[in-house]
Amino acid sequence: MTIETKSKLNEALAWEALADVMDPEIPVISVVDLGIINSISVAEGVASVSITPTYMACVAAEIMRRDISTALRKSGFRSEQVTIRHSPSWTSDRMTLEGRSKLQAYGIAPPSDRANRDTLPECPQCESSSTNLLSPFGSSACKALYKCDACGEAFERFKCK
Amino acid sequence: MLPLMMGLIVLSINKGKSGMTTTPQRFLADDVSSELAILTRMGDDALVLGQRLTEWCGHAPSLELDIAVSNLALDSIGQARHWLTLAGAEEGKGRSEDDFAFWRDARAFTNALLVEQPNGDFAMTMVRQFLYDAYLKLILEDLVGSTASAVMDLAGGMLDEVEYHLRYAQDWVLRLSGGTEESSRRTQKALDHLWLFTPELLLRDESVEIAASNGFSPRRTTFAEDWRAIVQPVLDAGDLVLPEMVDGISGGRRGLHSEHLQLMLAEMQMIQRTHPGLQW
Repeated sequence: MTIETKSKLNEALAWEALADVMDPEIPVISVVDLGIINSISVAEGVASVSITPTYMACVAAEIMRRDISTALRKSGFRSEQVTIRHSPSWTSDRMTLEGRSKLQAYGIAPPSDRANRDTLPECPQCESSSTNLLSPFGSSACKALYKCDACGEAFERFKCK
Repeated sequence: MLPLMMGLIVLSINKGKSGMTTTPQRFLADDVSSELAILTRMGDDALVLGQRLTEWCGHAPSLELDIAVSNLALDSIGQARHWLTLAGAEEGKGRSEDDFAFWRDARAFTNALLVEQPNGDFAMTMVRQFLYDAYLKLILEDLVGSTASAVMDLAGGMLDEVEYHLRYAQDWVLRLSGGTEESSRRTQKALDHLWLFTPELLLRDESVEIAASNGFSPRRTTFAEDWRAIVQPVLDAGDLVLPEMVDGISGGRRGLHSEHLQLMLAEMQMIQRTHPGLQW
């Protein structure tokens, strides 16, 4: 590797690589959009990434850790260290605006702001605000189940945490 | 099979077997440090409760409740994985979370008797959940002040989720106790049975005292009162009557369990014991 190539192995490149690492269960949203990346630092071609999974029992966490390692390798980093930190716990406010709109387009209502945590979501199908909560627990640890009174469809929402 | 597999799927994701011999451990070791005792009982509480909750999978009163209780189970098993992994590291004998979960007999488990009680009906399950989550919330709040950074980190991560569970269980206790004559009767019956196991939750044995004094597992002096302050208003709002009780029943922390635990473990551990080292 030339010195010039080596100097491109920086934080910006790492962030770029991680923007293509998708949530295994919600394939439209990346680990960057989710806001699970605490920090990235690069030294001598070695990338150190700290992440906080969304939920303690998130079964996707280990997959995401592996995928992050793979993505960093593919970008040319000599080696990588991905560490998991549980506190402070992830909050849904860490999700990016882009992430929220990608979720909506995919059919999953994005989380509310923590300040307004009990507000009802708009239906991702028909955009009606006549929705109600069926269960605080959905098909995965991070989602809750709602129903739209207007179009009758059930839908999930990423939970506010 | 599915509840069993659910537990196994999560617990066997851990890779990299150390070549550890898979000899079942039957009794509590004498030389267990207070740190190891605390980590193990945190993990055992979570594991046993998680396994109990998976028994509802496919059998709950409604589809939404099936998903909800399965999620509670998953969260609990997730907690167990973290605590038992830390316990293995603390013990320093190369035992993994899977070794702790699948290769110990009931006599070596240190969970509270409350969590091994059979699920019974939905009222029994929700009353158990409520009484336990009130306890767990306080434990985690105290553990956030631990001098051990790994413990502090885990406790901080779990606290939000446990508060979510507590709210859920509390809502169900109120809904059932204030529902029909039948649901109210069943809730009272659940409380009559499970109340006997609550003094054990509040027990301050030697491990608790040592771990509290060295900062590893801080424990507020008002723990019993604070627990009662969470639980009492809900029971009162549900017009539930507290049973007369003297001492309650304990022994779980010393490996002395009800007849239920070994049966549950037999089902949970069967596949791993039949095919040692099995991985998904």
